[in-house]
Amino acid sequence: MMLPDDNIQSEFVRLSGISKSFGQNSPALKNVSGIVQGGKITGLVGPDGAGKTTLIRLITGLMQPDVGSISVVGFDTKTDAPSIQGLIGYMPQRFGLYEDLTVQENLNLYADLRSLPLNERTAAFDELLTFTDLKRFTNRLAGQLSGGMKQKLGLACALLKKPKLLLLDEPGVGVDPISRRDLWKMVKNLTKDGIAVVWSTAYLDEAEACDTVLLLNKGELLFFGPPIELTSRVKGRVFKLTGISGSRRLALSRILDRQDVVDGVIQGEAVRIVTTADMNGNDLADTAGKNAKLHAAEPRFEDAFVDMLGGGPGGRSKLAEAAPRIDDQKGKLVIQANGLTKRFGDFTAADGITFDIPRGQIFGLLGPNGAGKSTTFKMLCGLLKPTQGEGRVAGFDLRRDGAEARNRLGYMAQKFSLYGDLSVRQNLDFFAGVYGLSGTRKRERISLMSEIFSFAARDNMPTRDLPLGLKQRLALACAVMHEPEALFLDEPTSGVDPITRREFWTHINGLVEKGVTVLVTTHFMDEAEYCDRISLIYRGRSIALGSPDELKAGVATKQQPDPTMEDAFIALVEASEREAAA
Amino acid sequence: MWWTRLKALIIKELLAVLRDPKSRTILIVPPIIQLLVFSYAATLEVRNVDILVLNRDSGHWSEELIKRIEGSPTFRSFSHTQDQSRVQDSISNQAVIAALEIGSTFSRDIEAGRPATVQIILDGRKSNASQIVAGYLSQIVGRLSLETPSGMKTQNTMINVVPRNWFNPNLDFQWFMVPNLIASIAMLIGLIVTALSIARERELGTFDQLIVSPLRTHEIVIGKLIPPMMIGIFHMTMYLLAAIFLFQIPFRGSLIYLYGGGIIYLAAIVGIGLFISALSKTQQQAILGAFLFIVPAILLSGFATPIENMPQWLQPITLINPLRYFLVIIKGLFLKDIGPFEVLHQTIPLALIAVVTLSAAAWLFRRRLE
Amino acid sequence: MNAVNVSKLRDIVRARRFFALVRKETFQLLRDPSSILIAFVLPVILLFLFGYGVSLDTGRTRIGLVIEEQTPLADDLSASFKGSRYFDVLEGRDRRNFDAKLVSGEIRGIIIIPARFASDFAARVNPEIQVIVDGSDTNTASFVQNYAQGVVASWVAIRSVEAGAQEGGSTSPISVEQRFWFNQELTSRFFLVPGSIAIVMTLVGTLLTSLVIAREWERGTMEAMMATPVTSAELLMGKILPYFVLGILSMTLCVIIAVFLFSVPFRGSILALYLLSAAFLVPALGQGLLISAATKNQFLASQLALISAFLPAFLLSGFLFEINSMPVAIQWITFIVPARYLIPSLQTLFLAGDIWPMFLKAMAVMLFIGSIFFILAARSTRKRID
Repeated sequence: MMLPDDNIQSEFVRLSGISKSFGQNSPALKNVSGIVQGGKITGLVGPDGAGKTTLIRLITGLMQPDVGSISVVGFDTKTDAPSIQGLIGYMPQRFGLYEDLTVQENLNLYADLRSLPLNERTAAFDELLTFTDLKRFTNRLAGQLSGGMKQKLGLACALLKKPKLLLLDEPGVGVDPISRRDLWKMVKNLTKDGIAVVWSTAYLDEAEACDTVLLLNKGELLFFGPPIELTSRVKGRVFKLTGISGSRRLALSRILDRQDVVDGVIQGEAVRIVTTADMNGNDLADTAGKNAKLHAAEPRFEDAFVDMLGGGPGGRSKLAEAAPRIDDQKGKLVIQANGLTKRFGDFTAADGITFDIPRGQIFGLLGPNGAGKSTTFKMLCGLLKPTQGEGRVAGFDLRRDGAEARNRLGYMAQKFSLYGDLSVRQNLDFFAGVYGLSGTRKRERISLMSEIFSFAARDNMPTRDLPLGLKQRLALACAVMHEPEALFLDEPTSGVDPITRREFWTHINGLVEKGVTVLVTTHFMDEAEYCDRISLIYRGRSIALGSPDELKAGVATKQQPDPTMEDAFIALVEASEREAAA
Repeated sequence: MWWTRLKALIIKELLAVLRDPKSRTILIVPPIIQLLVFSYAATLEVRNVDILVLNRDSGHWSEELIKRIEGSPTFRSFSHTQDQSRVQDSISNQAVIAALEIGSTFSRDIEAGRPATVQIILDGRKSNASQIVAGYLSQIVGRLSLETPSGMKTQNTMINVVPRNWFNPNLDFQWFMVPNLIASIAMLIGLIVTALSIARERELGTFDQLIVSPLRTHEIVIGKLIPPMMIGIFHMTMYLLAAIFLFQIPFRGSLIYLYGGGIIYLAAIVGIGLFISALSKTQQQAILGAFLFIVPAILLSGFATPIENMPQWLQPITLINPLRYFLVIIKGLFLKDIGPFEVLHQTIPLALIAVVTLSAAAWLFRRRLE
Repeated sequence: MNAVNVSKLRDIVRARRFFALVRKETFQLLRDPSSILIAFVLPVILLFLFGYGVSLDTGRTRIGLVIEEQTPLADDLSASFKGSRYFDVLEGRDRRNFDAKLVSGEIRGIIIIPARFASDFAARVNPEIQVIVDGSDTNTASFVQNYAQGVVASWVAIRSVEAGAQEGGSTSPISVEQRFWFNQELTSRFFLVPGSIAIVMTLVGTLLTSLVIAREWERGTMEAMMATPVTSAELLMGKILPYFVLGILSMTLCVIIAVFLFSVPFRGSILALYLLSAAFLVPALGQGLLISAATKNQFLASQLALISAFLPAFLLSGFLFEINSMPVAIQWITFIVPARYLIPSLQTLFLAGDIWPMFLKAMAVMLFIGSIFFILAARSTRKRID
């Protein structure tokens, strides 16, 4: 059999007019065409439910398209799936590892399955283990690795017997910025050998780094080409607004309501804005106070994506407008962590974490996987009892007056822990009930939530079948139904598309202006920018505490005068590591 | 306030089980099929017996004996042989359960007043059934022997043993089986539904959601306790109707006592289920854990064999088995019309089991927060 | 490279892939405590329960004995009851003392030796002995009846022998000579323990296997496997082989306990034991595979395994209940229960020895049922995700 020429620019995958649907639902993919080339990283980009996973499965030959055809390195997926499966490396969403096997056993298994000759193994294992920095852990069970390490092992397994085509399905989800950066470097190196890489992601900053992008939304191909091409559509329309007087959240809200603004997000003390072509610069800066200044900024993929979808939601939050103002005792400390320490056996997961959050602020907990940020978060909302120290919510000690404290907090978790079997309405009823709402007040609150988030049409749909964006709205509605003083958000927008994420933050910003206090954990550096203050947790300790701008300024160097939040994160963690080593 | 919270939790639990058509089906259809199939299948009575006859006698008495056996409803098929080796084969291959051998001098011996003998060879691998078959055959032979010339003479020294079967005049096997099955199936479903309830929420991440809500631990336990009990009561009612109207089993006792005892029984079952659930990390562990409890619980309940016949050291273990107590209650109320004192006597240990397991389950979730 | 070499190389590659799957499955199995629990702990518990606890032989049953007159003859009969190894006798003069005890289940029957017993007996007026039993437990009730009848009959026989010695008469005209082949003492353990080995293999083969495969679907590792060059036949066989071995090991453990701890005789050959067990595991594993492929969900898989494999193996296999005594419709259902064929063969193997015509027939049927399950399972596990 003749293989196509192995030169770097050759076409490895050709998608021709692919459509695929499941049951009665609207099609998962509609007439998608594109090419994946060798030696390049092709980003498969789009929000949850865009059809990314389906497309990857079609390329592996595990599924067949309803319409159209796919050829992978010269083979058709319909007729030659076994040949294709011999040539590709595939890392599915949860990395495809056996958690009860050790690192070495997982590697052995995949080496056998991919028929890696015995005499090449030692070298291949050595190379991959060095490459992924897993040498020290070969005898550890895969289930006991951190998210970042699992991801590296998953990659190593997919790379045994060097594949021609590497398919990675959302390798960045739930993984901290440091691990993501490492992974990215590794994959970049691979492309030098001519391997074609397909990298699926919902993170638009990852998309920006790809060589080519297939941008999907609701099964339709929106864009195919190098990301820079897309980004250029917003050239000259992106600005950074600094020197805002008063609340930057209120300023953003006003700005977003303007006709000439397409999109806007908070960036520390500043606001980043995408405008229409005909906006009036001076007028815009004025909405944010006298000293406000508009600087041109480098356009990003996300700006272009939002622009392409017709802009973000407005700046008004009906939810916040309906919320009462909580302004008794201004400056009261609503969430307090006082020397919180948690030990599991002789392992200290969190060590003397202390901070206060005054009313009406957003506080962010950041940190690599397994560093202790979730442990801290869980201690503060009553999911874990601290070994030492105390946590307070609205003045109530979580240990002594747990139920009182819990009555005053709203909680929204990364996995949208709603009851999937129950309908939208039943979930609302349940959460209203457990927070003690009854009678007229319950009816009023539920109908208000339905109106704000427009649930009415889907009242009887099982929550499991909702699109992710709606699930996320419902989770927010359930968390704020009882008008809590404090909101606990655990990676609230992971995997959600940028539009829904903006809408979410509009609500949160609005609520914060009304006096609600927010504690949020996130891996999204964009989201960290919304915070008033951030604590960076590493190895169980808080290694930095301050506003986003302070943290960024702290790591600025001559080479990097204007670091991003991600740069700050990595620099701070590395500095702490050097300190520990010294 | 607490009632609003609790009500919300109870409604949610009920919806979680009943909203999904698949799990609704699993809760309703198999239990009914089980009750029907097993109450017909699980019989220790012996019917449709196949036997082999090797008759070397050509006289009147052997013919008479065979005729009588043939006339008995217990026996289904007869085969005759003159070949000793066929007896061996048929029993070994389980073609028949018993072989009847009549010697060549059988009739002559009887006529002459000499003791006559018939030999029955039985399959000891099925010791239970063959014992019963042996009993039937001996009875037939015994009756025949009274009609022999020498039998007529000794007849008047006989003592009549008059059996009287209280509570179940015809010793109808279903009267025994159906109440037993009601209690056992209620345990089977109750345990599996509850064992999954916490393990599942934990796997899906919704359990955290409950813990951060203002619900207190005891409210969560009560909220998790009541819905499976309601489902259990529904099942019991369904079975009760089937028992009375379909199987025509008399219900002689008080319905109030049955429901009273039933509620406490279900609380004990749900308590054990929640305990297993709180102990397990995954759904698989919960399922296998429930299983590990159910199998011995059914065997050590007095359902198949009386507890007093178990070895002394094993009997105390049955004291923690809720099925043991409820079997006494349900069989007693169906057939014997037992009184309040007897019901109470069995209900107290059930209540104790419920209190201990529910507190242990509550303690376990709290410990999970450590 | 010539063609022979190429095909040889391909065989080596296949074999290595296959053993990698087997090895992986084995490691996982050894590390999961719940599998070990089902494969080795539950069988031991079951065997102990059947070996010690749950015997169908009635031990001593507690009864009330009412003696309404005080004569040497009545005392003599009551001594016979008290001497019986089947009864544990509470003695009384008045039946009313015992009624409540019978209701509460404290005693299982009441035997009444009536007033005027001795005089009736002397006058040959056929005295009546009443046996009242608790019909709510039909088994025990029949046992009490039969044994009471037995006690009275043998008492009469002894009396008439004694009387015969005076009068010169004879004993019972027709005597029945019973011989129980293979299990002379009728120890129920001897047939319950071999039967429970079949239940254990059903648990390992069907319940455990279906759960484990359903878990792979739930955890997404099945997908990663499918995207490698492994064929679906290799995938299925690689999963099954370790459980096959586990089933055989679990069976071996049971047989060792049965023979050495419970002294169940083992009269057949080891060869037949392993052949029969292997043949049984084919349908058991096939069913587990089919269930998991059809549900891909642990909860449903466990429910289906319980309803379609475990309970039938217990109740519809002839293990506890005679299949011949069931209604015809239910007898038809039992034909597709693999345990129905294994249990009599195992009982025979233990108690009677090798009876090959019976074994061969059972193995043929089990393999036939198994191959149907496998065909169905392979159909629903084609190498596709949708």
